[in-house]
Amino acid sequence: MQASVSSLYTPHPPHTIFRSNSDIQFCGLRREALGFQSISQFRNGESHRIGIVSTKPRSGKLTVFSASAAADNGSRRATSFDYDLVIIGAGVGGHGAALHAVEKGLKTAIIEGDVMGGTCVNRGCVPSKALLAVSGRMRELQDEHHMKALGLQVAAAGYDRQAVADHANNLASKIRGNLTNSLKAIGVDILTGFGTIVGPQKVKYGKVGFSENVVTAKDIIIATGSVPFVPKGIEIDGKTVITSDHALKLEFVPDWIAIVGSGYIGLEFSDVYTALGSEVTFIEAMDQLMPGFDPEIGKLAQRVLINPRKIDYYTGVFATKITPAKDGKPVTIELIDAKTKEAKDTLEVDAALIATGRAPFTKGLGLNNINVETQRGFVPVDDRMRVIDADGNLVPHVYCIGDANGKLMLAHTASAQGISVIEQLTGKDYVLNHLSIPAACFTHPEISMVGLTEPQAREKAEKEGFEISIAKTSFKANTKALAENEGEGLAKLIYRPDTGEILGVHILGMHAADLIHEASNAIALGTRVQDIKFAVHAHPTLSEVLDELYKSAKVNPHVSKSVSEPVSV
Amino acid sequence: MSSHLLHSSFIPTAPPSLRRRPGCASPLPRTPLLVQSKIREIFMPALSSTMTEGKIVSWIKSEGDKLSKGESVVVVESDKADMDVESFYDGYLAAIVVDEGLSAAVGSTIALLAETEEEIALAIAQSKKSSSSAPAAPAPPAPTSDAPKVFDEMPSPAPAVKASVGTNALGSAEHPASEGGKRVVASPYAKKLAKDFGVDLKGVFGSGPNGRVVAKDVEAVLAAAKLSGGGAKVQASEPPKPSGVELGSVVQFTTMQGAVSRNMVESLAVPTFRVGYTFTTDALDALYKKIKSKGVTMTALLAKATALALVKHPIVNSSCRDGKSFTYNTHINVAVAVAIDGGLITPVLQDADKVDIYTLSRKWKELVDKARAKQLQPNEYTTGTFTLSNLGMFGVDRFDAILPPGTGAIMAVGASQPTVVGTKDGRIGMKTQMQVNVTADHRVIYGADLAAFLQTLSKIIEDPKDLTF
Repeated sequence: MQASVSSLYTPHPPHTIFRSNSDIQFCGLRREALGFQSISQFRNGESHRIGIVSTKPRSGKLTVFSASAAADNGSRRATSFDYDLVIIGAGVGGHGAALHAVEKGLKTAIIEGDVMGGTCVNRGCVPSKALLAVSGRMRELQDEHHMKALGLQVAAAGYDRQAVADHANNLASKIRGNLTNSLKAIGVDILTGFGTIVGPQKVKYGKVGFSENVVTAKDIIIATGSVPFVPKGIEIDGKTVITSDHALKLEFVPDWIAIVGSGYIGLEFSDVYTALGSEVTFIEAMDQLMPGFDPEIGKLAQRVLINPRKIDYYTGVFATKITPAKDGKPVTIELIDAKTKEAKDTLEVDAALIATGRAPFTKGLGLNNINVETQRGFVPVDDRMRVIDADGNLVPHVYCIGDANGKLMLAHTASAQGISVIEQLTGKDYVLNHLSIPAACFTHPEISMVGLTEPQAREKAEKEGFEISIAKTSFKANTKALAENEGEGLAKLIYRPDTGEILGVHILGMHAADLIHEASNAIALGTRVQDIKFAVHAHPTLSEVLDELYKSAKVNPHVSKSVSEPVSV
Repeated sequence: MSSHLLHSSFIPTAPPSLRRRPGCASPLPRTPLLVQSKIREIFMPALSSTMTEGKIVSWIKSEGDKLSKGESVVVVESDKADMDVESFYDGYLAAIVVDEGLSAAVGSTIALLAETEEEIALAIAQSKKSSSSAPAAPAPPAPTSDAPKVFDEMPSPAPAVKASVGTNALGSAEHPASEGGKRVVASPYAKKLAKDFGVDLKGVFGSGPNGRVVAKDVEAVLAAAKLSGGGAKVQASEPPKPSGVELGSVVQFTTMQGAVSRNMVESLAVPTFRVGYTFTTDALDALYKKIKSKGVTMTALLAKATALALVKHPIVNSSCRDGKSFTYNTHINVAVAVAIDGGLITPVLQDADKVDIYTLSRKWKELVDKARAKQLQPNEYTTGTFTLSNLGMFGVDRFDAILPPGTGAIMAVGASQPTVVGTKDGRIGMKTQMQVNVTADHRVIYGADLAAFLQTLSKIIEDPKDLTF
């Protein structure tokens, strides 16, 4: 799940995403000719590639986004190093970086101390999607009202827990296999063991108790990811007090489960557990549930995903002590008020899932050998993912991507950061725009977002002295959504009425996770509302929700007042 | 026994949100309310250019709640979307004029907003005056923020019921999880139900792990409260109205009631007779207590026992189709009569002799859920070969059932009650006993057949170890 690599609760990653990017030139296709051309400008000239050519306004360099994969690892062999690039960690970030590195002709090795695929494939995004696929169908089959409205009659739905768990596990192994094969196919060396940086451009690896090998590399990427964060006082037994790692195995479905943390991870699991018959209690330290979401989306999410379900919640409380079930006693959870620290309540439940975010996995990396100090475990980096040492200087040849740097803890962020590093290594100054990275929560219905939330946009607008406007459309007005009898949902666009710049898009509704990319691409490419509103959408499709959203936006260079005020009475 | 049987037809079961609240009987205000200065009206807003009327999805605030400017008060569904409607002013939500689930034209008043707490009463008076058909209903609650929520959500007879739920602590047992009553441990859904129906969880007996109150405990309390409505427990002095029925009116049968009527008349063509028997149920009760936690219901146990007895007496499982022959049924399908909203249906536990008790209990729950949702398929309620009807949970000690056409026999089951009995060795003791009364088609089943069947059943019930094989 995206969820498992996000941190919406504690600890917060270094707050880097919203800083001013005005001095950075993003790679973009805006106002440039798009076209397919056959070019052979690459080293060795071994193949003709089809690519999208973009002329970067400032430098005028040619860039190719190639769609074809390179055939061999390291045709451009380093002279004095074992490898051009060594990546520590074979998760989604390391994998994405490795594929791109080979394509760019770098001789690449990847070091993995655990299983290939990392959190996303084995304990996160991937298996959780299998569980959510089941929960979505269960929910649909159990919703008599919905079925009746469609004219369907279905006998009572049931499930086989083990079979559901197997589905998740099989999916993970399949994806893990695919990922491993894709690396092997292009000749990336997979080195087994935990990697440690022993000095500049030098990494040792090996399994505990076995002999260790040392390899040299021109450049090193740290992509070691994260592990579930467990606050102090909480005792994980893996059976009744669990993290997402255990929950994804679905070893049992408790009658009543408390979920600590109401970010993506917690929310997705509440969707799974309630569909399978559990009752859920959320424990959230913030004053409201789903603190990471746009408030309006959060409010609707609460109305759609929380209130009608067998879920209750405590907000503004910390779980200070959680004791696993033992000797016939239930799991006990001691709650204190987040502000006054006074004891508030004690819960007795059948299980507790700790979904309080994720902590970077950066121990044993040998960072002290290159004078790097982690910040709450995160590896400090600049906006080009270059590692910063304890004195504030850049460490040459060492990069850190993904959850380990904490910029934006999402699988696809890691991969995108990896690609941006490879671009720099191969001579192109490419800075990833984190504001164009979409995020999704795969509940039923789904939630997705890209860019700024409304409060963030308002803050930015105030600081920089511009106006913002909001446009909203409902799934209730969408033909396809109504045909599916899934009219519940909202799409929201935050934009600048003076320039038409898209600042953020938030969607709650059927297939929201698939719908967001039109908006994230628009942000990445700098497409303005007044331009994208002429793009054609097939009818009838859910994508028309966004079409309508763009069309309802009012861009006017002279507009000075926000057009959408809250409806008042 | 399961509470579904308590859903009798004369108790309104519409969700509370669909009911009107006393004091605002008019769903749509016919004329804009005339209100004085400090009491403001909240209008149905126009949420889109094409909107002519809006439906109230839910009131986020309750009457008496304090409102701040900009706070969401109500969710309105327009032709396009559900939107939160926010308050323009600070004040108190004095009266809700249009209830959840109802629609109102754009621009009409949906609630009244009082500026100060003192003005709430005034606003209520205003709203009542303008409601043309306000009945002599109990006065609305004192409009303080801690007013019992139930007044907002229950129909007029309900507050009385609520009172009995709250004060007469059904099941005085204080559950172990409560630390001497200081704390209530209740599952999220149980809490939700309790809140929706105004049940005080403190008095509810918890049957879940460690005495936790779970949803079915709350449902049981609600069912019991409904039953006792109008009984001695009700505190209100006014005689409770037979709820949901308009006196003096003629109401057509529903399809289901029509079918019941036809079957009842048809049954007169069958020559029936009755045989009664008294069972001692101490052993059965003990077994039930033991396996209740595994989801086994008394209905399933009785059906299972009956099916096992029928195996030995195939004649009692037979029927007479044409008046000339016995039809010996291959399967033992025990139908159990269930009262549902506005009628009666007999979901069938198929092959009750072969299916184990746990599966049978699950199956029963599934059938009842479907019956309530009116989703039973014909083969799930027409294939019974023997019928059970149980009114024991009402305290009925014995009754007489009408034989459903097409079957051979039906057994009417009374309450299991502690009874003083003389034993063969001349002593007097307490035993829990239950009376049954079987009605059978005498064309195929004779007195001796029934007697032998009941004797077998009695042995099974008094020594029920075979039920859980």
